[in-house]
Amino acid sequence: MKKILILTTALTGMAFSAAAQELTVMSWGGAYGEAQTEAHVKPWSAATGFAAKMTDSDNPATPIKAMVEAGNVTIDVASIEYADAIRLCDEGMLEPIDINALPAGADGTPAAEDFIPGAVTECAVSTDIWSNVFAYDTSKLTGTVPTTAADFFDLEKFPGKRGLKKGPKAVLEFALIADGVPVAEVYDVLGTPEGVDRAFAKLDTIKSEVVWWEAGSQAPQLLADGEVVMTTAYNGRIFNAAIAENKPFQIVWDGQIYENEMYAIPKGAPNKDKALEFIAYATSTEGLRAQATYISYGPARKSALKDELLYKDGKTVMGPHLPTAPENMTNALETSADFWVDRNEELNERFNAWLAQ
Amino acid sequence: MAAASHNDAFVVFDHVQKSYDGTSLVVKDLNLNIGKGEFLTMLGPSGSGKTTCLMMLAGFETATNGEILLDGRPINQVPPHKRGIGMVFQNYALFPHMTVGENLSFPLEVRGMGKSEREAKIMRALDMVQMGKFANRRPAQLSGGQQQRIALARALVFDPKLVLMDEPLGALDKQLREHMQFEIKHLHESLGITVVYVTHDQGEALTMSDRIAVFNDGRIQQLAPPADLYERPDNSFVAQFIGENNRLEGTVEEIKDGRALVRLNTGELIDATPVNVSNKGQKTLVSIRPERVEFKAELLPADAHLIEAEVIEVIYMGDLFRTVLKVAGHDDFVIKSRNTLGQRVLTPGEKIKIGWAPQDARALDPV
Amino acid sequence: MADVTAALLTTADGRPLKAALAEAQSRARRRAFLLVAPLLAFVVLTFIIPIGQMLDRSFHHDGFSANAPNLVEWFDANPEGTVPDEAAFAALAADMKLMKENKTAGEAGTRVNYTLAETRSLITKTARGADKLAPPFKEALLAIDDRWDDPAVWQAMRSSASAYTADFYLSALDMERAEDGSIQRVEEQGRIYVYLFFKTFLLSGIITLVCLLLAFPVAHLLATLPMAKANLLMILVLLPFWTSLLVRTTSWIVLLQGEGVVNDILLSLGFIGDDGRLKMIYNQTGTIIVMTHVLLPFMILPLYSVMRVIPPSYARAARSLGATSWTTFRRIYLPQTLPGIGAGSLLVFILAVGYFITPALVGGADGQLISNLIDFHMRNSNWSMAAALSAMLLAGVLVLYWLYDRLIGIDNLKLG
Ligand SMILES: Nc1ncnc2c1ncn2[C@@H]1O[C@H](COP(=O)(O)OP(=O)(O)OP(=O)(O)O)[C@@H](O)[C@H]1O
Ligand SMILES: [Mg+2]
Repeated sequence: MKKILILTTALTGMAFSAAAQELTVMSWGGAYGEAQTEAHVKPWSAATGFAAKMTDSDNPATPIKAMVEAGNVTIDVASIEYADAIRLCDEGMLEPIDINALPAGADGTPAAEDFIPGAVTECAVSTDIWSNVFAYDTSKLTGTVPTTAADFFDLEKFPGKRGLKKGPKAVLEFALIADGVPVAEVYDVLGTPEGVDRAFAKLDTIKSEVVWWEAGSQAPQLLADGEVVMTTAYNGRIFNAAIAENKPFQIVWDGQIYENEMYAIPKGAPNKDKALEFIAYATSTEGLRAQATYISYGPARKSALKDELLYKDGKTVMGPHLPTAPENMTNALETSADFWVDRNEELNERFNAWLAQ
Repeated sequence: MAAASHNDAFVVFDHVQKSYDGTSLVVKDLNLNIGKGEFLTMLGPSGSGKTTCLMMLAGFETATNGEILLDGRPINQVPPHKRGIGMVFQNYALFPHMTVGENLSFPLEVRGMGKSEREAKIMRALDMVQMGKFANRRPAQLSGGQQQRIALARALVFDPKLVLMDEPLGALDKQLREHMQFEIKHLHESLGITVVYVTHDQGEALTMSDRIAVFNDGRIQQLAPPADLYERPDNSFVAQFIGENNRLEGTVEEIKDGRALVRLNTGELIDATPVNVSNKGQKTLVSIRPERVEFKAELLPADAHLIEAEVIEVIYMGDLFRTVLKVAGHDDFVIKSRNTLGQRVLTPGEKIKIGWAPQDARALDPV
Repeated sequence: MADVTAALLTTADGRPLKAALAEAQSRARRRAFLLVAPLLAFVVLTFIIPIGQMLDRSFHHDGFSANAPNLVEWFDANPEGTVPDEAAFAALAADMKLMKENKTAGEAGTRVNYTLAETRSLITKTARGADKLAPPFKEALLAIDDRWDDPAVWQAMRSSASAYTADFYLSALDMERAEDGSIQRVEEQGRIYVYLFFKTFLLSGIITLVCLLLAFPVAHLLATLPMAKANLLMILVLLPFWTSLLVRTTSWIVLLQGEGVVNDILLSLGFIGDDGRLKMIYNQTGTIIVMTHVLLPFMILPLYSVMRVIPPSYARAARSLGATSWTTFRRIYLPQTLPGIGAGSLLVFILAVGYFITPALVGGADGQLISNLIDFHMRNSNWSMAAALSAMLLAGVLVLYWLYDRLIGIDNLKLG
């Protein structure tokens, strides 16, 4: 059966792939994909003279498995979530990347020390750090404003609807943080059945007031339409609405749950060496800084944060808007890929059952 | 059957007008009385308003003006299902999702008739059209003629007093059509129902009807029994529409003793019966049936006027010869002569003299 | 005449008529087959094979069995319930080494993890340190993680050791294998699939019904209106087809949300108070409204195509035969539109069953349907689970199709 799969995929692949001398990067589209195109794909192509193009996917990790199994890989670099980078690497779907092949920081620090811990894995390198935060509309919430994760769950102090991502990941952790679990212990607690119950119990307290969102663009929209008084969101989306569209949105960084987004090379990529070159370029100090001028996701190199970063409008200082800014990191949790690789299915089923109750 | 008067008529159209679009009249001032038990045919060219009249009678179209009476009652406000009129549609309109039996059962069911009574009636109606064995078939499994019979049976099964038929035989071949004409006529006579029948086949109209209403342009041109219509058309439209006809134009020279002398535009004198002309000097159109033209002088009255003719073509048609002549400048003058033993056969190019009895040539509309 | 037909008929040159006929027809059939062959190949390649693959994947997963040969052997040799002995642990250690060498620990762990959560990290962690494993293996492995003593882990590995498994179907039915290998329902908090299957079919049924009720008059109007007006109306009907799904959905959100246009209008007209704003979105009502809108054309078009060819003379005939307009509709018109109703309903229902973007965006907490979970598993590369769920969905639709055939007859289907 696998042979047939390979045969059919190869046949269709043959028809559509022109195995050209061109580097193909696959990312998520939207403002994010655009940032990577402008900051990485175009400048790299201009610098090396090697053609490069960006393609979009709903989730670039999804096609990798099918491509590798069929032996018909058409992309060279993919921008994927941290957990997927771990999982696909474990399953042998990605080319290994040696941290020592990555350039030293602009200040000369070797890559292995310059990258913050966890930003480089066996098969992937961080392109940025993005975060799950919550935000409110300052024109609608006046007087006392929420400042902590606990405030998000406090219906008495802040009556009104809440927007929440429809899925267990980052939501269960957020509930535990709001319930007073120190960030360092969140995954230990969530690892026990009682901890899971505790997270759901916390969610129960606001369940009747929750508007669930699915697509990243929905969260700022809910806030703008006045459908909710506060909502969790990807920090870049709120930044975009606040800076580019002048919406009076305020992010609360307390209890933020951040993770690395990773560049990886699918096993058998047609331009493997060029892909490695591209990643080295994109994740250099300059590469990471360039991306951060387009979108408020933080660079994962210490050297990239030394000097002040300006948004592409030339006046907004990026520093305070990045998840990695020290003042935003006071009560922050890094998503545990190991935890979610193990428990994703189980907790998703539980979450859906809970939703349907 | 004599023309019914306004009072004892079963169906009355009283100054009925119909317009679909508000700018033109499709039916113009229709007055028509139909007697009980009469077989009346509406005959006319396409678009002359026959179906429209039928639809107004059945209740699917409302008269724009005027009154329609059924059995003495005005029916303009009566919805179709309460009129109790049987109808046979041009395309039969048999319900495709029902069997023949169910089709026939339908009008009885909606009248709340019991099952045993229904079945008896259905069997009777099917036997009437010799389709007793087909009760369980679907319409799609029947031939055109069979469907036609079922449509007829369905229109009759609930014993309507009046049955309307809109070109019911239009889709059948000639032989079957003639056979069905006979059967419909037979049913009409045995059941004593009133039938209003629409066709544009004049042969059909002539063989079946008690009276024929010839429609043209939204008006009845002539309402008469078939023989009158053929022998004594009122105007040139009727003369032209019913049967074959020769036309000659001229001026009235003299009218005397119910006979007219007409001088043709080419100078010849002919005999005619004045119909729509009364004065000397009037222009007129004389109409003569091809079979009434004679070219053997010995068979004509002694005082008949003869005119010159040249044979153009002789067509053998089995039972008769159809000869095309050039007469008074027209080269489409037709005569028909029976193919009897010893009949003289004309040859093209031959010069002959032709004539007719004065009562066979009708001086119609002034032109 | 009857005798002649009863006897065996032959052609003029003496061959049996039946054989001659068969030969003549087989030639025609061969030619017809050649004509459809390209399409057949296309369908096989793009439809039959993928469906076959899907079915195969739903009960075939060799992620563990192919990468743990020693354990497979041990499980084969020792019946269910055997307590793992040193030989078992030796096999485990050997397989861990293999996995490290071949980088297959993730794949194997993923498979076991489907049966028992948290075994994936156990296996990848153990495989990472497999080089240093030395006898006695039991102690060595327990030193890495004491869960290796857990019978549940061994049971999970045992059911993963066969490439063919019904585990995915068990999960899709909210069931699992107990530690002793017997089948039981999962804990109540984890039961979701059966409920969602039920809900998906129920909601699709409601949507189909609403679509039918709305589409019938519109289709009738379309079929009876003069051409120019009908065309205009048709454009309105087809408009949703020409708008992107997300734009459509977003406009519904703008219209229906608490602070949305519809509520604002009702409020300004005084029908509702400010705290009485209707909840028309982010719940089941929203799903029904929006999916009805999205799927309405699929109901209207088949209905229209059927109604257009029903001549008005049928209704006239019925009326002339004495039926009221209601009886005419019920007994004459409706039965003749049945092929359209059937086709439209089947189409809408099947599409509704498979929809997931719309319910996800506007359905709120209630909005998850079975297809959302299929999508979830696809995104997480758990193709087997996605395939099992899809196969069950397919089976459900086929059952409905069969029911439809029994009740109405599939030949009574007109798609356009
Ligand atoms: N529903 C309608 N709307 C508008 N005009 C119509 C309609 N039905 C008929 N007409 C017009 O009315 C006129 C008479 O039509 P009608 O159907 O009565 O003719 P008919 O004598 O039955 O012709 P045929 O022998 O072809 O059946 C025609 O000019 C036709 O175009
Ligand atoms: Mg007509």
